[in-house]
Amino acid sequence: MAYSEKVIEHYEKPRNVGTFGTQKEIKERQDIGVGLVGAPECGDVMQLQIKVGDDGNIEDAKFKCFGCGSAIASSSLATEWLKGKTLDEGLEIKNTEIVEELSLPPVKIHCSVLAEDAIKSAIADYKEKNTK
Amino acid sequence: MSIKLPIYLDHAATTPCDPKVVESMMPYFTDMFGNTGSRNHSFGWDSEEAVSKAREQVASLIGADPKEIIFTSGSTESNNLAIKGAANMYAKNPAGSENRGHIISVIHEHKAVLDPCKRLEKEGFDVTLLEPGQDGLVTRKMIEDAIRDDTILVTVMWANNEIGTINEIPQIGELCHDKGIIFHTDATQWVGKMPTNVKKDNVDLLSLSAHKMYGPKGVGALYVRRRRPRVRLIALQEGGGQERGYRSGTLNVTGIVGLGKACEICAQTMDSERERLLKLRNKLESSLESRLDVVQVNGHREKRLAHATNISFGFVEGESLMMALKEIAMSSGSACTSASLEPSYVLKALGVGDDLAHSSLRITMGRWTTEEEVDYAIEKIVEAVNKLRELSPLFDMHNEGIDISKIEWAAH
Ligand SMILES: Cc1ncc(COP(=O)(O)O)c(C=O)c1O
Repeated sequence: MAYSEKVIEHYEKPRNVGTFGTQKEIKERQDIGVGLVGAPECGDVMQLQIKVGDDGNIEDAKFKCFGCGSAIASSSLATEWLKGKTLDEGLEIKNTEIVEELSLPPVKIHCSVLAEDAIKSAIADYKEKNTK
Repeated sequence: MSIKLPIYLDHAATTPCDPKVVESMMPYFTDMFGNTGSRNHSFGWDSEEAVSKAREQVASLIGADPKEIIFTSGSTESNNLAIKGAANMYAKNPAGSENRGHIISVIHEHKAVLDPCKRLEKEGFDVTLLEPGQDGLVTRKMIEDAIRDDTILVTVMWANNEIGTINEIPQIGELCHDKGIIFHTDATQWVGKMPTNVKKDNVDLLSLSAHKMYGPKGVGALYVRRRRPRVRLIALQEGGGQERGYRSGTLNVTGIVGLGKACEICAQTMDSERERLLKLRNKLESSLESRLDVVQVNGHREKRLAHATNISFGFVEGESLMMALKEIAMSSGSACTSASLEPSYVLKALGVGDDLAHSSLRITMGRWTTEEEVDYAIEKIVEAVNKLRELSPLFDMHNEGIDISKIEWAAH
């Protein structure tokens, strides 16, 4: 399968790879929201973490991804887009925008869907931690 | 020594043509282009002579009589002719009725066996697909347990194309002969690499393909036993009655000459090649296993082809691994590469966990694979796996002692 240049670029130099701590540490931190989506048996798992600043904006984002090049590129792109956004702006990111930006072929659209899910679930996790 | 990129390590998919094979074919394109059916001039006689020689070369590689070789367009056609041809010939009831007979095959066969079996199922035959265990081996015992009074055909591949596992073909053949059941084997990955004797190995029908043994694409053969038992088939295509009526159509003389030459070369070189490639394969596997953890070699550890390996690297997805290794041509168990998003059905059938099935590479070496190339592949694979594990949330979880199989993954 031929990949678009943008996918290859993200794959070779993924942005914002990492985590803000171990799974245990992250659970206890109020300023961090985690989205873990996908499943190993489907061939993709994405983990997206957002760090929310005192002003309520997304200050930093990090990802890890088990998946094909398009899944890695989609999650890398998502972290780039999230940084500096408000939570509401983050929720507005659509998978179709990711498809467009990375020129994903039809068989890879699920990667962008997964990235959108990861964003939504990271934001939801943050909100849940902070409503109590 | 510098090596030429990209490196080809996908010889189970196809092999390059040996230059000696190409050379042998050349005159038959331009000078000796006759139709073997032209019985009254020298052009026809020359072609006929070339085809007879090739028939002897093929027969001699597998211990058959030249009269028992039917030339085809490759293993797909040979399998179709053998399976449908035998089923229809030995059917218990006529076309259009039910209970026409029982056929035994195996779930990890090539599609070129499974799909003809499925077709026959629609046409009134009963098909049992056996599921071998973790090592992928098909044993005589498994077949024995599946045989019924109405079993007419057993078809089991000699060596598996994804994991290289070698099945108990001579033993299964003996069993079938005892029971009077026709026995076919898809030997596409086996012939030319391992000594074969259809007489001693009790095979009735055997498929082989030139492009897996350094011959040209689009040509192969079906061995059809003529004595004890004399196997008969119902032909799939009708016409000029070539190949004893089993395969009508003007013979692909150039291709057949190439197949013959390829067989001759394999007969001379296979033993030393096997030894050489086994050393390289062992080096490849032991280096990867010692330098990376959570590495699993799929299939039976000993009973498999010497030039092949199928390895899963935990926590790394196969397609991204191939992307990192784009200067090495290999095959990934994660069939994203073939555009269907399923992990290999063969690995799944072996009970390889879905996550590991998504993480496998099939590496198959060949006649021109060098130690330098294997060393290069080892370095690159280690580098790529490490890079992707840095990226993998599953690897973090593993390192933190979290059992991935116990997580409730949101189904997607
Ligand atoms: C086991 C097996 N059977 C059949 C085939 C099909 O062979 P051919 O390409 O000659 O039709 C292949 C090759 O893809 C194979 O590996």
